[in-house]
Amino acid sequence: MSNNSLVSISDYSKEEILAILDSAADFEANPNRKTLDGKVIATLFFEPSTRTRLSFETAVVRLGGSIIGFSDAATSSSSKGETLNDTIHMVSCYADAIVMRHPLEGAARYAAEVSPVPIINAGDGANQHPSQTLLDLYSILKTQGTLENLTICLVGDLKYGRTVHSLIMAMSHFHPTFKFIAPDELKMPDEYKVFCRKNNIPFTEVNELNDNFNDADILYMTRVQKERFLDLMEYERVKNVYTLKNFMLANTKSNLRILHPLPRVNEIDPDVDGNEKAYYFRQAQNGLYVRQAIVSKVLGQK
Amino acid sequence: MSTEKKLKVAALRNGTVIDHIPSDKLFKVVSILHLDTCLNQITLANNLESAKIGSKGLVKISDRALEEDETNKIALITPNAKINIIRDFEVVEKRALSLPEEIREIVQCTNPVCITNNQPVTTFFHVLKINEEIMLKCHYCEREVKREDVKIK
Repeated sequence: MSNNSLVSISDYSKEEILAILDSAADFEANPNRKTLDGKVIATLFFEPSTRTRLSFETAVVRLGGSIIGFSDAATSSSSKGETLNDTIHMVSCYADAIVMRHPLEGAARYAAEVSPVPIINAGDGANQHPSQTLLDLYSILKTQGTLENLTICLVGDLKYGRTVHSLIMAMSHFHPTFKFIAPDELKMPDEYKVFCRKNNIPFTEVNELNDNFNDADILYMTRVQKERFLDLMEYERVKNVYTLKNFMLANTKSNLRILHPLPRVNEIDPDVDGNEKAYYFRQAQNGLYVRQAIVSKVLGQK
Repeated sequence: MSTEKKLKVAALRNGTVIDHIPSDKLFKVVSILHLDTCLNQITLANNLESAKIGSKGLVKISDRALEEDETNKIALITPNAKINIIRDFEVVEKRALSLPEEIREIVQCTNPVCITNNQPVTTFFHVLKINEEIMLKCHYCEREVKREDVKIK
């Protein structure tokens, strides 16, 4: 196994996380370099994710590296029944590092074990997506000037949303206070509350959005997905209660910023987009610099 | 009953006795220890009366002293089983079971979309103690499952 792989945010220490954020700021100041000249990076997307793939590929191309790969399993040999083990071995003959998205959970950890070249996990099912977490941290740092002692409201699907789970893990280094805002069906699972208690992280739970975020520094919205609900009536009710509208921001703190991993559906009303507190599109742009930092670290480049 | 049992255990010259296996777990133990393909003389007894657990099973394996990492594999399903290693008709070691820190192969992940349930990957779990409760965490998909909900392959 290549020890440089990035599978889960918990693979990185606090120092490594801060080093990535530092490096990302450096890339933001000067994103076009030729530090990966002559390197080949494979992007293996066993399930489509245009946003993540384009972000990684842009990161590599802006550093002078080249891209091989596929964007859909239907066009790869896995559709002929090839095992992940074989695909990884084959691709590692050609590439210096592999960026992989796979629908099966644990696929990235397994790939990192069998691969002679580093693996960057670009999402394994509902399990981990560490580059998203790092770009969330970068966005928080950039907008607040610090990661320490912030009040963060997590809103929406807190049960299945992997981005919010990873964010809790990553923020645990920086003395946060959390507020979990979710309908009963999508409440934060116990294991993460146990984790918070164990790490002395204060949190509160509420089940209405209303104006429960007036003391927040970060409002992290997630998509409430229809398919998570057994009762569609309940979905219709929740969907409307969990829509953030511009007037609801009237009494919020001036440093509040709204993040969302995107794509959004109706949980943020378009009338919020013009508010200076809306940060989700710039958050996506930050993904580029963070991914430049990740690819460089994994390949041992600065 | 107890004289009879002692005779049976004492009748083993060299080998391993696993006692106090709950009756419904006997054949799981056989399968986890791969006794179905073991060529040594093996005596299985089941549904014996037990003052401690009601009904128990017993395994005697001749001429083979199981290693600790082998017997610990059954700690997950029979934490209170007793292991006796016999040499020249004498019990030379009474071994308590302890749960290993890592468990490979014998447990199946409960997550249907875990890589280990969909591709030829050997399962691998970390044994965690969270608030006095034993949990198994899949090394791959990171899902945690309580000890009593574990699926043995």
